[in-house]
Amino acid sequence: MQRFLNNPDDLVDETIKGFVKAHKDILHLDAENHRVAISNAAPVQGKVGIVTGGGSGHEPAFIGYVANGMVDAVAMGELFSSPTAKSFHDAIKAADGGAGVAVLYGNYAGDNMNVKMARRMAENAGISIATVVANDDVCSASFAERDKRRGVAGEIFMWKIGGAKAALGGSLSQVQTAAQKAIDNCRSVGVGLGPCTLPAVGHPNFQIEPGTMEMGIGHHGEPGIEITKLKTANEIASDMASVVLSDPGQTPHAEYAVLVSGLGATPINELYVLYNQIEKDIVAAGCRVYKAYVGNYFTSLEMVGASLTIMAVDDELKQLLAHETNCAYF
Amino acid sequence: MASYFKNAGSGKIIAAVAAEIVANKAYLSEIDGKIGDGDHGVNMAKGFGKAADQINDQTSFHDGLSILSNILMNEIGGSMGPLYGMMFMEMAATIKTAETINARQFGAMLNAGLEGVASIGGAKLGDKTLLDCFIPAVNAFKIAIESGKDFSSGLHDMIIAAETGRDNTVDLVAKIGRSSRLGERSRGVLDAGATSCCMILKTLGVEIGTLLKSDVET
Repeated sequence: MQRFLNNPDDLVDETIKGFVKAHKDILHLDAENHRVAISNAAPVQGKVGIVTGGGSGHEPAFIGYVANGMVDAVAMGELFSSPTAKSFHDAIKAADGGAGVAVLYGNYAGDNMNVKMARRMAENAGISIATVVANDDVCSASFAERDKRRGVAGEIFMWKIGGAKAALGGSLSQVQTAAQKAIDNCRSVGVGLGPCTLPAVGHPNFQIEPGTMEMGIGHHGEPGIEITKLKTANEIASDMASVVLSDPGQTPHAEYAVLVSGLGATPINELYVLYNQIEKDIVAAGCRVYKAYVGNYFTSLEMVGASLTIMAVDDELKQLLAHETNCAYF
Repeated sequence: MASYFKNAGSGKIIAAVAAEIVANKAYLSEIDGKIGDGDHGVNMAKGFGKAADQINDQTSFHDGLSILSNILMNEIGGSMGPLYGMMFMEMAATIKTAETINARQFGAMLNAGLEGVASIGGAKLGDKTLLDCFIPAVNAFKIAIESGKDFSSGLHDMIIAAETGRDNTVDLVAKIGRSSRLGERSRGVLDAGATSCCMILKTLGVEIGTLLKSDVET
């Protein structure tokens, strides 16, 4: 394993410290809980607070989306492991400007439990809480069982839309509705070409045989829907576009915000090769690309692979997407 | 053979539980790696190890449970932090004011722990989780005591049931948590949570059994 490491146990804390040093104009660490980062603008009195959180190893998610106009405070866990309820609670307290806090997070067992407990603590302390649970990963469950789907890179659109709605003075229920609409309009798919390794474990915890690829893989290497021979970039891009465009709920002639993210060890140029074909396929389906985002937005350590997220946009979502933010990564 | 053990000074039982988890760090991660992401042992050992550092000869059984619960809830996170955190927190609450703990109180403590896990996790028997070890173990202890067996025999029955429950998870398909995404592919391996739960219950049983044997009733 050739990695930039000191003691693997310190990796998460060192990542957070480095991030906060590099972006001190945007965010800072909570004085007592060093697994909570807070936007320098937060809390804004009278504004709904936006909180998210999740396991580490997905950088720039989650910390990279803390910004004015986006996420007010974030709770960070161990690698691929949910933050504690205490951290979620501390993030909620930091984001609270008296108008309630929207916790916008992804559908994973640990996050569900810890947010549930943090919510209890916050409500006992008099803070109103609304939650939206991202479930945009198409291959993780059928459309009929959509509440079982995992949350992946669609979370970024959810944070952007919810964050903008809050910045524009939306009430807690309006922010919740906007964020829910964003994630309801999102469809994502991941494809893996190579596995990733938790440094403290020391070996990959799943395998992708050389010469093969896994369609529908999750952000922690959760199994996909199909393992096939490695195809060409255009074929893979078309498969990915087909998965998201054919999921129920898509309207003809839809306009999409499109996000292609590397999973950690894929060169940026290859992401553009994928995007080149993805946009062709979206247009061929009679739809349009409103705005595209291509880069490392939501990674999985050093997994080789990419994810595609589309969000159908209307005038409201376009306006919220365009709302100003000083986010380092969006 | 005593029919109860003292709360005071029995925090060492929890220290032994922690030592068992820390000793099995690599094994638990290996099992977890087959259908999970392979960090169960790492995260469990981190939490239980930290708790053990805060327990000494003067620590009561209640305080041992409380220390462990607080660290799991406030510092570990993941799924196991809240699940085991709630389990030990509810257990501790039932014996907070008890000077000694007899079979009936221990049974009530197990029940409270089970309710704590169930209230936060939402899994059912057969979902391939720690409950597939915990539920049969709690039931076995209850049945043993109700049928007139003594504390020590009840603990023995609890351990056997915990081990059987753990082993039965091999044939189950995961219905909840990260491994549930695997569907049929989750069959054929032990559940890591049931395995760690079995280690916890077995060590509790063995350590309390030893205390009962060494204590002469006064």
